[in-house]
Amino acid sequence: MGFGMKDILEQLEDRRAAARLGGGQKRIDAQHGRGKLTARERVDLLLDEDSFEEFDMFVTHRCTDFGMEAQKPAGDGVVTGWGTINGRLVYVFSQDFTVLGGSVSETHAKKICKIMDMAVQNGAPVIGINDSGGARIQEGVDSLAGYGDVFKRNITASGVVPQISMIMGPCAGGAVYSPAMTDFIFMVKDSSYMFVTGPDVVKTVTNEHVSAEELGGATTHTRKSSVADGAFENDVEALAEVRRLVDFLPANNREKPPVRPFFDDPDRIEPSLDTLVPANPNTPYDMKELILKLADEGDFYEIQAEFAKNIITGFIRLEGRTVGVVANQPLVLAGCLDIDSSRKAARFVRFCDAFEIPILTLIDVPGFLPGTSQEYGGVIKHGAKLLYAFGEATVPMVTVITRKAYGGAYVVMSSKHLRADFNYAWPSAEVAVMGAKGATEIIHRADLGDPEKLAKHTADYEERFANPFVASERGFVDEVIQPRSTRKRVARAFASLRNKSVQLPWKKHDNIPL
Amino acid sequence: MFNKILIANRGEIACRVIKTARKMGITTVAVYSDADKQALHVQMADEAVHIGPPPANQSYIVIDKVMEAIKSSGAQAVHPGYGFLSENARFAEALEAAGVAFVGPPKGAIEKMGDKITSKKIAQEAGVSTVPGHMGLIADAEEAVKISAEIGYPVMLKASAGGGGKGMRIAWNDDEAREGFQSSKNEAANSFGDDRIFIEKFVTQPRHIEIQVLCDSHGNGIYLGERECSIQRRNQKVVEEAPSPFLDEATRKAMGEQAVALAQAVGYASAGTVEFIVDGDKNFYFLEMNTRLQVEHPVTELITGVDLVEQMIRVANGEKLTITQDDVTLTGWAIENRLYAEDPYRGFLPSIGRLTRYRPPAEVAAGPLLDQGTWQGEAPAGDTAVRNDTGVYEGGEISMYYDPMIAKLCTWAPTRAEAIERMRVALDSFEVEGIGHNLPFLSAVMDHPKFVSGDMTTAFIAEEYPEGFEGVVLPEPELRRIAAACAAMHRVAEIRRARVSGRMDNHARKVGREWNVHLQGASYDLSIDADPSGATVHLGEGENLRVTGDWTPGDQLAEMRVGDAPLVLKVGKISGGFRIRTRGADIKVHVRTPRQAELARKMPEKLPPDTSKMLLCPMPGLVVKLDVAVGDEVQEGQALCTIEAMKMENILRAERRGTVTKVNATAGDSLAVDDIIMEFE
Repeated sequence: MGFGMKDILEQLEDRRAAARLGGGQKRIDAQHGRGKLTARERVDLLLDEDSFEEFDMFVTHRCTDFGMEAQKPAGDGVVTGWGTINGRLVYVFSQDFTVLGGSVSETHAKKICKIMDMAVQNGAPVIGINDSGGARIQEGVDSLAGYGDVFKRNITASGVVPQISMIMGPCAGGAVYSPAMTDFIFMVKDSSYMFVTGPDVVKTVTNEHVSAEELGGATTHTRKSSVADGAFENDVEALAEVRRLVDFLPANNREKPPVRPFFDDPDRIEPSLDTLVPANPNTPYDMKELILKLADEGDFYEIQAEFAKNIITGFIRLEGRTVGVVANQPLVLAGCLDIDSSRKAARFVRFCDAFEIPILTLIDVPGFLPGTSQEYGGVIKHGAKLLYAFGEATVPMVTVITRKAYGGAYVVMSSKHLRADFNYAWPSAEVAVMGAKGATEIIHRADLGDPEKLAKHTADYEERFANPFVASERGFVDEVIQPRSTRKRVARAFASLRNKSVQLPWKKHDNIPL
Repeated sequence: MFNKILIANRGEIACRVIKTARKMGITTVAVYSDADKQALHVQMADEAVHIGPPPANQSYIVIDKVMEAIKSSGAQAVHPGYGFLSENARFAEALEAAGVAFVGPPKGAIEKMGDKITSKKIAQEAGVSTVPGHMGLIADAEEAVKISAEIGYPVMLKASAGGGGKGMRIAWNDDEAREGFQSSKNEAANSFGDDRIFIEKFVTQPRHIEIQVLCDSHGNGIYLGERECSIQRRNQKVVEEAPSPFLDEATRKAMGEQAVALAQAVGYASAGTVEFIVDGDKNFYFLEMNTRLQVEHPVTELITGVDLVEQMIRVANGEKLTITQDDVTLTGWAIENRLYAEDPYRGFLPSIGRLTRYRPPAEVAAGPLLDQGTWQGEAPAGDTAVRNDTGVYEGGEISMYYDPMIAKLCTWAPTRAEAIERMRVALDSFEVEGIGHNLPFLSAVMDHPKFVSGDMTTAFIAEEYPEGFEGVVLPEPELRRIAAACAAMHRVAEIRRARVSGRMDNHARKVGREWNVHLQGASYDLSIDADPSGATVHLGEGENLRVTGDWTPGDQLAEMRVGDAPLVLKVGKISGGFRIRTRGADIKVHVRTPRQAELARKMPEKLPPDTSKMLLCPMPGLVVKLDVAVGDEVQEGQALCTIEAMKMENILRAERRGTVTKVNATAGDSLAVDDIIMEFE
């Protein structure tokens, strides 16, 4: 017998072992030395144990320039395939920094495209783990074409299957635009960065001295630029938390969000919510307490926690089912809307709407933030994004007004006028054009010099409008509810909306004010 | 009997009095400031009268306002609680003039005993041994230094009208005497409106033991045993118990009889407390008499079965005592732990804010109070008692205006050891979130060998926690039990996660039985065999721990049995595990699969950011004054600024030598926790 099955099996095992070793033990040790796990270790932690099925393990590049023909590592710097997260199918690619610095070649990109195509076809999320030095310069335009192919697929997949990007090392230059078009970007503190042009180029062109961490580290992108949706302490935590996020998300836009067994009474009464809103309308309180007390088991997955903290976005479950939460945060800037909070919330609302995730909106908004920086920055267009996002959403929407719902911001925040299905108000709600003092000063301009009269007018205005009853007389508020029973009321409202169906006129696509 | 009684107080003591009044069929009237509109005592009372803005000196201690409330409500009697107007002779006088009964002693007794200098003289005249000291008034700081030096350090500077640790300082040298005199004087002026200070020898190695007396207006007086109150922090009581583990029957009798004699010497008629310092040879010295209901009165009630508030009301109504000295028996053991809104990890500084969670352990009735039918409330009966006197509720607000004590948790059991064990479990079950509080510290004390043996002095906290409290390091056997419990809990949570909808049929995730648990620097590889009634956790080398309990994911309290003992954990969420609080420890517990654990070991240790060159505001409060300016060189221990919160002036000091480079606050600023006050180089 010449070439026996046994030999072939042995050869397969040898080739697998070589591929698994990536760039070799020395580079693996260096990767660990930087506090990072290898591409395969990351896949291990991301997926259920023993569930990973790899594709294209033996793919190599075809470049023959600059001596590249001499080094043809199996896999070409990226590990791709599929597996499960808590039994649910996901596709994954994980760039291997130990192999040619994880640089993107034509074939590297092809491997990524293959699993993305399958993900879209089979309706499952794509999770990309980015740890790459950038384009494979030796390949020139072939490498760029590879990026382009990936970008195109990101766009095609957008709104079809959830796409999650993990930045777990460098991600620079054109490479940033693939994560940029995915639904969520997560970074690892101290070991990842993203930028279009690096510190050296910045220094040459603008004479600015800035470190990679300052320019594009996790802190920058979670607090300043809002490019990233979250950052984690290390690889292990990051991968565990992405598993947690996937548990909230539907597999694709044709499926409802997942349901999981829950250990929390949907009718749970929370008497302490009756005292959440302070007596003084100018005293802040923490809206997160309401979110945590509404959610099943107090479980809240916050998105963009460090950015535009005047609005809170994230996922909870009610009766085991995913609900997206958008909530003004009175603790920060009195919970007002501004450019950053509008953009942050608008993107979140559109994600929920794209993937059939019902939206719960909690309102305590005094209005839009005034000022030249806001107007010059285009708060009109950015504010319109949130208005547009709520207005176009067709998923079940329940709104609870806890305190202020003033002016245009009231309309923007998922009001009845924008097709919110349920609009509840707490007794402490004030649905009005503006605060009593400001309103009085306009209506009774003639009495501006008379503080006594003005105080009386203010009191009259408060009496008339600083309550939920005028709005509920008009039907803009469906019902005034007790704070303590909010969980029960909201859960029942969503339960009643499970078969909601809205038909809209045909359009190629909308034209949201970008 | 009175038809209507007004309680001129707030917080837990107002609630406590309301309970007894209700039992006696008396209508109750609460008073409240703006800050207390939604307070528990207002909710509990039959009627409530608003008496002014939040600061006590504009509401609760303004006699005219309280008198107005009495008039408008038609109350026939007033219970003053403790603090506020409880030992104010002018208030007693005003009540007398208005023909309203004061549920407390006659004003003469208040006057004589309320002033520490006068009371000491009377005690001396009555032949009660007293501590050496200077009884006269002190003009200024320099005179204070001179007198202190004459008495000999250490000395104690005390506000003449003081109590509860306010306006009280210990000085070990001239500098401290000078500084202590000034701050005592300021605090006394702010808290009591009386800035007289006196100085006495500070007796070292003392125990604080006090006698509860009860007298009527017909010349009858009895004592109801003692309370040991030696566990104090800066003269503020933290843990009390009755009886004292130190006293013998003869000393108890001698102290009791002296206490009653002293009370009768001033015509006392109500419940009162005579405080003594007791040294290691059981010599006792009169300290002071508190002419009111004492904070720690519940421990006496729990071992005697006497409802002291009821007795006070009856005496105020002119009734004769129906209890004789022979009727008084001390049964079992009672311990009280005071829950303070003070952050033990920040030097016990006051913490204010919203109680986002407040779930005390369930009350259980047992012992003399139950036997004599004087138990307040509807708790089920048991072998050991749990009683929680509280004035707050979940969703309530802890404001900066009043005393930071929010609850008094008491346990009773036939023996001291059982009462301590019951307290440990009760503390572990007590859920308080939203504010900093001393529950972890109380747990630590309950496990401290010196406390357990009963061998403590008033210096216990200062000596055993000289660097402050940094949490408890749990012993190894306890870690193993927690590891086993957390592994079992994590497994349940993971199985639930694996039951999410939308799975690939027949390719479900298999949750394994092998786990690694990492906590407090220790690491355990273990495996779990689960069955319908619980789980058996194998820790290797043949050690198995049986874990049972009804914890489900999301529960913030896990009441389990691990091995053959109860284990109560407060459970929080962290990535890949739990934040566990139990027995005074606050630890992160990571539960990982063997593969996760292997890879987690490769992750770098990250250090928290360096804040050592900044002075951070340790609590919300008002900047009273700044002692240094930019460019000043400061020495370790030098005062940098004074922050006032909860009526206490807190002097912030330099932790090391340095130069001030930046000052971000000015006097009058109100600051939040962790605001940067100044920076150093």
